[in-house]
Amino acid sequence: MLLLFLNLNRNNQSEDNVSLNKVCHLFCPYFSNESVPCFLYRVVPSFQQQRIFVTSLACPSWSLTSTVMAAAVRFFIRGANSRLSVGTGTSGSLGAALLKLSPSCSSRSKTQRRHAAHFTYQPDPVPTQYGETQKMNLFQSVTSALDNTLSSDPTAVIFGEDVAFGGVFRCTVGLRDKYGKDRVFNTPLCEQGIVGFGIGAAVAGATAIAEIQFADYIYPAFDQIVNEAAKYRYRSGNLFDCGNLTIRAPWGCVGHGSLYHSQSPEAFFAHCPGIKVSPHKVKDNIKCSFTDGDPPHHSRAVMQVPSQSPVGEDPTEENYFAGCRQICDLLSVFFQSVVKTGRLLVSHEAPVTGGFAAEISSTVQEECFLNLEAPISRVCGYDTPFPHIFEPFYIPDKWKCFEAIKRMINY
Amino acid sequence: MLTNISSLLRAYAQKSGAAAAVSMRSYSDFTPQATFEIKKCDLHKLDEAPATEVVMTREEGLKYYHIMQTIRRMELKADQLYKQKIIRGFCHLYDGQEACAVGIEAAINMSDHLITAYRAHGYTYTRGGTVKKIMAELTGRRGGIAKGKGGSMHMYCKNFYGGNGIVGAQVPLGAGVALACKYQGNNELCVCLYGDGAANQGQIFETYNMASLWKLPVIFICENNRYGMGTSVERAAASTDYYKRGEFIPGLRVDGMDVLCVREATRFAAEHCRSGKGPILMELQTYRYHGHSMSDPGISYRTRDEIQEVRSKSDPISLLKDRLLSNNMASVEELKVIDVEVRKEIEDAAQFATTDPEPPLDELCNHMFSNNPPVEVRGTNPWAKLKSVS
Repeated sequence: MLLLFLNLNRNNQSEDNVSLNKVCHLFCPYFSNESVPCFLYRVVPSFQQQRIFVTSLACPSWSLTSTVMAAAVRFFIRGANSRLSVGTGTSGSLGAALLKLSPSCSSRSKTQRRHAAHFTYQPDPVPTQYGETQKMNLFQSVTSALDNTLSSDPTAVIFGEDVAFGGVFRCTVGLRDKYGKDRVFNTPLCEQGIVGFGIGAAVAGATAIAEIQFADYIYPAFDQIVNEAAKYRYRSGNLFDCGNLTIRAPWGCVGHGSLYHSQSPEAFFAHCPGIKVSPHKVKDNIKCSFTDGDPPHHSRAVMQVPSQSPVGEDPTEENYFAGCRQICDLLSVFFQSVVKTGRLLVSHEAPVTGGFAAEISSTVQEECFLNLEAPISRVCGYDTPFPHIFEPFYIPDKWKCFEAIKRMINY
Repeated sequence: MLTNISSLLRAYAQKSGAAAAVSMRSYSDFTPQATFEIKKCDLHKLDEAPATEVVMTREEGLKYYHIMQTIRRMELKADQLYKQKIIRGFCHLYDGQEACAVGIEAAINMSDHLITAYRAHGYTYTRGGTVKKIMAELTGRRGGIAKGKGGSMHMYCKNFYGGNGIVGAQVPLGAGVALACKYQGNNELCVCLYGDGAANQGQIFETYNMASLWKLPVIFICENNRYGMGTSVERAAASTDYYKRGEFIPGLRVDGMDVLCVREATRFAAEHCRSGKGPILMELQTYRYHGHSMSDPGISYRTRDEIQEVRSKSDPISLLKDRLLSNNMASVEELKVIDVEVRKEIEDAAQFATTDPEPPLDELCNHMFSNNPPVEVRGTNPWAKLKSVS
């Protein structure tokens, strides 16, 4: 991982961007905007009336350049505080920065830690290749995806407990009014029945979207999902399939859910061939799972994440993404990233033993063993039922992840 | 001298005015017992019915009043504490349905068994839990009835198996408990409760079959409070005659807002079970004033008028109070004394629940298995292992 610090004394963000790009091109001729498999974030700490851009880039593992750059990082941090490189103009400070670049760095400033404490997050620029975009939270994007599906696919139906009024997580708000009560309807309280019913509807050709109110309630339907839905195509030799079925189930802790409103059962389903389990990119998944009919798409289970995720803040972890087919694509992303950085931390709320982090760890170590600088760290829940009063201690929060990262770095 | 006497009397009256008033009336003024006419039950596959003329003594009446008032106050206090964020999580309140818990308990023994779903605070109390322990469990403190590890939905005490979060899952468990009773031959039975929403779960029907096949001493009770979370029974069930859903199991439909109706019906059902005739199904038609849980305002799927109407016409505590007063079995002051007592008990319990410390962090991993040497529990980091003791 490479960090590039740029010490600027301007308030104008766009000019800063321009100068940043210039520096990027100067230092890293290999760098291009698209191929950043890890992540790109710009952090703008505002202190002492100086603005500093921090950009993390992934470059080919050029060890000399990395050392140089890392030294530059440390220097600039110190420089920012001791006002060594205060310049009045962009080019002036750039020049000063370049001149002061030195591979040998001596002591670390004790203000380094203080600088690291306060950052303002700058989001990535909005992608324009898909047309007009709109900012939405997770629930809204689910509602929007369902809306698009119902409008484009006349066979699509949504059903589950309390979906008619909008659902307990507000993912079906307004859909019943828009599409009618024969397409968006409530079911009685029977998870096994709901899923079985959904399988039947999908097999007959409808696009069925079944909702299980909380993932903790999915267990009565476990047999239907694992034995019926997942194996339908296989056992019928592709004569029948329930590829059009999507089961939505909110999982994860909400802060006060206790034992039965907080579970993460993805590992149980990821172990079953024939279904796809996905917690991310919900909107894309819902859309492509309805339009895509190619084999080997088996019946899809889409799981969604409530917005209060305790591990949301620090993006250096790889939040897992499971699934039969997509996992190949995603793991290649993991591998590239591990090759460059040498360390991997996987985190999820589900208990650590047998959790999905184990699968990722073992696959990554198979492929990238020699690239690993430290053992793969799993920061997960304890091997206990999800507790009632002890929830803040149970969940793998940012501090536990931070601790794990520190240990990995100092391994 | 007169001023001294009057000030003495005033002081005494201020200390316990109602008690002073009561002590002036002797207990022989009250009717010791009275006969009441109660509603007839609807029957399914039954030739006999529970009695429609029942006797209630004064002591019984006051006891039922005390317990119902305690449950009512306790639930309202829980509501208050929840809004103050002292209780967190999910909290399903039982006010409006007190007659069910009290009536059932009046007809069975403490040695009988009971299992219910998550609306369990009332049953925890009638089965022997104290208000203090219940409230401490709601706030998740170490003085709680489940050591603070369960919360609102997971309260247990002797012969009371909870407190179960997953809808309908407790019914097969109840049949299992009944099997144990039959196997041990101790003439005990199991009362197995569930709601109108759960009545549509598959496991209920599986349980009906097993219980009937093996003639288990289980009383299935469906507490029909007309709404399964936000869905009314008409929109959820093809047949809202829940007492007939057992099909081959005899059934009773009972007015669940009248404690005497519930008591009589449960007595009848208990006799049926204990005589070896097998399971029996009861539907208690009742009502909850609060929403499904504290996160449900309870008015988006029903009108405030409806709630008000039930409160004014069929409130279980008011019904009992009217009966006691109109038959001269208690006085208004006496009931007020009980109210004050109950209020104090609840206040003390709430105080305890708020100030008791939380369980120690070691409890996080305890009680997972039964083991003699403590087991190591893998945790968030591979270098941090916690101990699990049982």
